[in-house]
Amino acid sequence: MSDIKNIRDQFLSKLKNELSLDEINTIKTELFGKNGQISSLFKTVGSIPESDRKTFAADLNKIKDELQSLISEQIKEIETKEINQKLEKERVDITLPGRSFVRGKIHPVSQTIDEISSIFSEIGFSVEEGPDVENEYNNFTALNTPDNHPARDMHDTFYLDENKEVLLRTHTSPVQIRTMLKDKPPFKIIAPGRTYRSDSDQTHAPMFHQVEGLHIDKDINMGHLKGCLNYFIKEFFEVEKIKMRFRPSHFPFTEPSAEVDIGYEIKDGKIVIGEGDQWLEILGCGMVHPNVLKNVKVDPAKYQGYAFGIGIDRLAMLKYGINDLRAFFDCDYRWLNHFGFDPLDVPTNYRGLSR
Amino acid sequence: MKITFDWLKDHLSVSVKEEKLLEKLTDIGLEVESVENLSEGLDLFKVAKILKTEKHPNADRLKVCDVDVGEKEIKKVVCGAPNAREGLITVYAPPGAVIPKNKTKLVIAKIRDVTSYGMLCSESELNLSEESDGITELSSSKYNNSIGKSFFIQSSSNLIDLSITPNRPDCLGVRGIARDLAASGFGKLKQIKEKKIKSKKSQTIKVKITNEKNQGCFSFGSCLVTNVKNTESPKWLKDKLISIGQKPISAIVDITNYVMIDINRPLHAYDADKIEKGIIVRNSKSGEEFTALDNKTYKLEDDMCVISDDKGVLGLGGIIGGTRSGTEMDTQNVLIESAYFDPRSIRRTAKRLNIDTDAKFRFERGIDQLSIEEGLNKAAFLIKEICGGEISKIDIQKISTFKNPIIKFDPNSFEKVTGFKILTKDMLKILDNLGFTCKKDKKVFKLSIPSWRPDITQEIDVVEELVRIVGYDKIKIEEPIKERKKSTLTQTQKLFHFLQRSVASKGYLEAITWSFTDAKYNDHFKGQNDELKIVNPISSELGVLRNSIFSNLIMYMSKNIDRGFKDLSIFEIGPTFFGKQPGEQNIVVCGLSAGKKSRLSWLEKERSVDVFDIKKDVVQTLVEAGYDAEKFFIDDETPDYYHPGKSGRLFLNRGKESVAAYFGEIHPNIIKQIDMKTESLVGFEIFLDNLKLPKKSLKDQKTKYSVSDYQKSERDFAFIVDKKIKVQDLVNAVSNVDKNLISNIKVFDVYEGDNIPDNQKSIAISVTIQSQEKTLKEVDLDQINKSIIETVENKIGAKIRS
Repeated sequence: MSDIKNIRDQFLSKLKNELSLDEINTIKTELFGKNGQISSLFKTVGSIPESDRKTFAADLNKIKDELQSLISEQIKEIETKEINQKLEKERVDITLPGRSFVRGKIHPVSQTIDEISSIFSEIGFSVEEGPDVENEYNNFTALNTPDNHPARDMHDTFYLDENKEVLLRTHTSPVQIRTMLKDKPPFKIIAPGRTYRSDSDQTHAPMFHQVEGLHIDKDINMGHLKGCLNYFIKEFFEVEKIKMRFRPSHFPFTEPSAEVDIGYEIKDGKIVIGEGDQWLEILGCGMVHPNVLKNVKVDPAKYQGYAFGIGIDRLAMLKYGINDLRAFFDCDYRWLNHFGFDPLDVPTNYRGLSR
Repeated sequence: MKITFDWLKDHLSVSVKEEKLLEKLTDIGLEVESVENLSEGLDLFKVAKILKTEKHPNADRLKVCDVDVGEKEIKKVVCGAPNAREGLITVYAPPGAVIPKNKTKLVIAKIRDVTSYGMLCSESELNLSEESDGITELSSSKYNNSIGKSFFIQSSSNLIDLSITPNRPDCLGVRGIARDLAASGFGKLKQIKEKKIKSKKSQTIKVKITNEKNQGCFSFGSCLVTNVKNTESPKWLKDKLISIGQKPISAIVDITNYVMIDINRPLHAYDADKIEKGIIVRNSKSGEEFTALDNKTYKLEDDMCVISDDKGVLGLGGIIGGTRSGTEMDTQNVLIESAYFDPRSIRRTAKRLNIDTDAKFRFERGIDQLSIEEGLNKAAFLIKEICGGEISKIDIQKISTFKNPIIKFDPNSFEKVTGFKILTKDMLKILDNLGFTCKKDKKVFKLSIPSWRPDITQEIDVVEELVRIVGYDKIKIEEPIKERKKSTLTQTQKLFHFLQRSVASKGYLEAITWSFTDAKYNDHFKGQNDELKIVNPISSELGVLRNSIFSNLIMYMSKNIDRGFKDLSIFEIGPTFFGKQPGEQNIVVCGLSAGKKSRLSWLEKERSVDVFDIKKDVVQTLVEAGYDAEKFFIDDETPDYYHPGKSGRLFLNRGKESVAAYFGEIHPNIIKQIDMKTESLVGFEIFLDNLKLPKKSLKDQKTKYSVSDYQKSERDFAFIVDKKIKVQDLVNAVSNVDKNLISNIKVFDVYEGDNIPDNQKSIAISVTIQSQEKTLKEVDLDQINKSIIETVENKIGAKIRS
């Protein structure tokens, strides 16, 4: 027993000193190496008289554990210290720029189209498309605008042939015709897309975007039209209340026809939708003309409904405070970056149109 | 259509403010475009008398005038008019006044060192006439006592500009507007008793309408006024025309204009003495010519409706008169024409000759066929009143007789369309006020349509009339039902949106550019396609439909680089065209990336963007969209606008069905030709229409989950192969050795040069081998190694590098 105690005392005092990793390892060998002092004592257990053997072995194990844990604690301490010392030399200037990244953006017109689709999706509209190049029939004649109709003059049309039979569509309304010719009623669609007129100044571009709406069923009346647009405008501008005015107008393909104005005011140089006593025209609409329904083989005695056409670029300008229509198509890096949207900002019903 | 409230009051008894009128007009569909106060500031113009004139000390042709403007102080005015003379009464405009003609504001100015306080005005400057040779001369007998008084009579009435929709010709006359207002409860339409011509003198100029195919004139009324003296119009008439922004010309012309605006009845006045042996209304013959009142000579085609005499064409019926028979100040005998021309004929002729006149605008919309006599009565009496002379009987020639159309109207149709009810009694009252006559016929009404409403042809038009007059604000809002029976987007549309956002998320800015482009740019990118010309482009730079998005994108990229942005990625998703027929278009996602990566980075070495950057973007985008990169097949057959050695063509499958994408460096010659200043330019095109739609939904795409936990081994190989060998073929060969065991192959080195024979290269790959069933033993691995080497050597002709 005294042997064991001596070893313990001797090494405890040794381990009290500040030791290097090498010194501790030496001590470890002295104790637990092949011929280490503790190892040697374990070899003697067999020769200890049986009466003492149990106590001896217990004491030896206890001291072995004590010394072992002390040693490993010290090793750990030293290692930690060494790592810390090493880290001290490894400091970087964390304010240096990280690896560069580039941000892509979604064009405001595309974002607006997605917003519009999301809103109309909620009330059961699906999205249809049509070609940019149209024939004269779908763009005009089928829409109750025969060749001799003065309303044709209101569309400055780009033609692709001398006979004026193929043209760049002047509105998205020919998608109504294509949809109704292809399927059977009821119809409940929107059709966003590019439209073209040979007109170019600060407020007109030779290409712009429209979204067409069409809802045909057995008993769709002007009240439904008003309700649909009222809902859309409120959702789109993300306001609780809007001021909306339906004004009689004329489009050959709808009867009765209306233009819709919304109330606004200018506050701190910015347009505020839904307040004030100024009016702004934002769309044209009406009940689909019976002649149009006849042209697409839908019986106007059984079916009726409404159609509307909205200028997408103009909506985007109003909502996002963009002043110049021409800039939409100028592809200026600074403009795209400023007015563009993060591709992860997908307008959806559950998370809202915008953040 | 320009009107004033005052003119409206000729037809409407009303006692409300102008503001209310403006609201009402818009409410019933006669949209107010603008309101302008024409007389604003006109009170500054004073009747003045020149007391003395002196030659300007520094200018031969200028005079310095002392002018009495009714104030204590005599004004000194520098004037260049030859007729400025002592004693002349004229019109003086002080500093601050705005000249009506050119809208310039006068200031006190030094003219060659002499200060001029204001200006003496010519008739032309005051918009009174075309006379611009000298200053206005006012008669001293009339104005001697008015020195210092305002020259213009103040009118409180604003000029109201209405946007009249093309279906409402009746509202191109003041009376038509008044009628609409009265029907909506705004005032009462005045009953104006028509004064009828009761003459015994016959109209001596014979008129004949030829009865031929496509005759554009249905009836032609005329009245001869003899021994007139054409003169300046009286003040009331001049004021009336000036109040709506028109310029008075002479009494006869002014009278025809007045009648046209008042009741939308276009008239034409001929100098009867210039008509050779009567009038023939006929179709033109190709090659006939005449000089119109706009001083242009028109060459006519066949079948245009002309008014002619023995000598030839006098005018284009309903469009424009000719110079040969026009009235002048010395005209003694006037023939007034009041006719009806077919809108289609008018429109066809005007379009072919490219003429736009006020008469054409009205006739092509449809003139009241029953207003022929009323127009002649009105005009003839006014001419007689102002110019004297004697009125003949009215002569009317016609080839067809107008009958008011009758349509059936079911009162229930109103509620069916509008969603709300009004009393039948109220409907009838509105229709009556609008000029319809209604007869009850069982449950429906038979409506006789007024002759001035050619736009009303069926029941729905009547509903429109009623709801317009009742007010759109009465329509109730029906809240939409939130129910979706069909999915909003099709698979293709979903793919469109996915690709759009996927490309943007890789650092590309989305652009939207025109669907047309500059032929010069398009030429570089049109490939095998035809050039698709627009017949009437807005400018030659936008003259063709784009065959590729690159043409516009590269032009705008170049502009951005010129703005100083060197490292930039942009893209567009939209149509390209391969033919002029509807549907001959494709949707393409097209991107460009320019400049360098890590430019001026403290951290990384900068390098130019290259073909493998763009390849990554294309492949990653397609993989994200749900396509399997393992199956992609790539070769180097690309259109000639790509760098021939640094571009690729991608197929979704080895089958080469249709090209999914091209990518690569843009051909350096093109960059040079368009003078683009960039270190590097790479681009891609993904053809949305060529991508097979993933048939399955996301839930079906998730297959059974199975992974292997057995040990993986990685073996490296280096092969020496012919330079022409593509890595893709080598990798495919290796992967086909054992698809179950070879789970991944990475190319980690490609080397040509020292130690490798010419025309050969070394390709080093790392192959991951793992079984789904067991831990592979050394023997198994050796077996695979052997197979790999054997296969590659046999199939590719490679040699393992030792």
